[in-house]
Amino acid sequence: MALHEVLLQQLFNGLLIGSFYGLVAIGYSMVYGIIKLLNFAHGDIYMIGAFSGLIFLTIAAPVIGAGWPSLILGLLISMTLVGLLGVVIQRVAYRPMLKAPRLSILITALAVSMILYNTVMIISAGRYRVFPAEVGTESFFIGTLRLTETRIILIVAAFSLMFILHMFITRTMYGKAMRAIALDRDTCQLMGIDVYKIIAITFFVGSALAAAAGIMAGVYYGTIHFFMGFLIGLKAFTAAVIGGIGIIPGAMLGGLLLGLLEAFGTQIPFIGTVWKDVFSFAFLILFLIFKPNGLLGRSESERM
Amino acid sequence: MSQPVLSLNNLETRYGQIYALRGINIEVKESEIVALLGANGAGKSTTLKTISSLIQASSGSVIFQGQDITYDQPHAIVEKGVIHVPEGRMIFKELTVKENLELGSFTLQDNVERKKRMKRAFEMFPRLEERQQQMGGFLSGGEQQMLAIARALMTEPKLLLLDEPSMGLAPIIVNNIMDIIRQINKEQGTTILLVEQNAKAALKLAHRGYVLETGEIVMEGNADELSKDESIVKAYLGE
Repeated sequence: MALHEVLLQQLFNGLLIGSFYGLVAIGYSMVYGIIKLLNFAHGDIYMIGAFSGLIFLTIAAPVIGAGWPSLILGLLISMTLVGLLGVVIQRVAYRPMLKAPRLSILITALAVSMILYNTVMIISAGRYRVFPAEVGTESFFIGTLRLTETRIILIVAAFSLMFILHMFITRTMYGKAMRAIALDRDTCQLMGIDVYKIIAITFFVGSALAAAAGIMAGVYYGTIHFFMGFLIGLKAFTAAVIGGIGIIPGAMLGGLLLGLLEAFGTQIPFIGTVWKDVFSFAFLILFLIFKPNGLLGRSESERM
Repeated sequence: MSQPVLSLNNLETRYGQIYALRGINIEVKESEIVALLGANGAGKSTTLKTISSLIQASSGSVIFQGQDITYDQPHAIVEKGVIHVPEGRMIFKELTVKENLELGSFTLQDNVERKKRMKRAFEMFPRLEERQQQMGGFLSGGEQQMLAIARALMTEPKLLLLDEPSMGLAPIIVNNIMDIIRQINKEQGTTILLVEQNAKAALKLAHRGYVLETGEIVMEGNADELSKDESIVKAYLGE
């Protein structure tokens, strides 16, 4: 393949993986914006999403098959259930800690993460599980770009979810309240906004999006594992930092950018696929040193 | 004798072991403007924050229209019709003027009504209509104060708590804001509890006033009585 063909292929791959990162990063960033918590359990929510998709498909396959219709149904059901799980975790683990020092709630998040992945480890016997989706894997070409039906549907689905989220935060009163709480919680209370309710909604939306990304990753990679959330949690954190943590469009942008950086990074001589993660975390460090407020973040001094 | 809209009964508020309010009694009657005066740190802002439940009272009670709201959640108090415009205006600087106003009507479900109230706010504050798509942070101090008041009016409150609306504004703008407050009280019959350091401006506007000193009410009376009282003239109005 000629270089520009390789780059085109990597552009598509990067956007696809980047959209997964973006979906997970949104939840990371929203929660940070609203309660200043780095929710380390967020990657595990993604993993739970993948497993709940697997359970649904296993149950549904004999009845309605494991093709796209049942995947979409499973996606919606898992998003709802995992969203609710996010709300429960928020209520049980985080809300009692909201007035405690920041470190306490951070440690709580680590504990929640451990509880989640250890539970799934026991249930799944710690093994890789095949994600039982039966979707098209035959590839076809548009010009020189090699595609599959699955990849096209996944990327469309991921971008649609991001678009719906964008409409939610810019057009609905709840979305506006969410952004307002990130700016000034006390004043929101004086507007009659029930802050705890908005925090719960934030966890619901963030967890549902992570669950969706988990299922999509299951379809894309074909296998899932109880520890799959760890690395993506770190990647989503990286994406959120790149975009400007707490800023929702920044999370989407950061996710896509990180996906692209990884995809193109593998094309650099001597770096290759094995070094992909090193490559992304090197970027995290560079951003933390040179642009800690991220691409869309304003510096604290400007913010006043 | 009509029942007061708001009454604070032996209200006490502490920050840790330090008393900010030492059992104050205040009454605000229907359609009145009541000024709460005092020096920095006297407890004026604390009084408003305790009414709106941003701070919990340690004893005593806040009665609004016959209902005890002392331990209600802040958002529940807004739903009952009490709205607090905090010190420093506290508009959302990174949201547009329009979004600020929309959030003011958060408790409202009805979008048609929301638009109607927004239209009315723009009639009252034409400057805000011109700037509705701008970020709140780009407004001047006076415009921010107008936005804060307009945002509060979006809930159509029965009782408006205003904390230092004149703070940091040029005298001509202060007059402007004070006129607006008078207009809200006259035209909509909104009851107002006004906290001010600028006692002169506040007493011109108010019907009655209270003077707060280190957490205690030391004086109360009609506005014209207070503005003639020698000790107040000395302490707060300048020579």
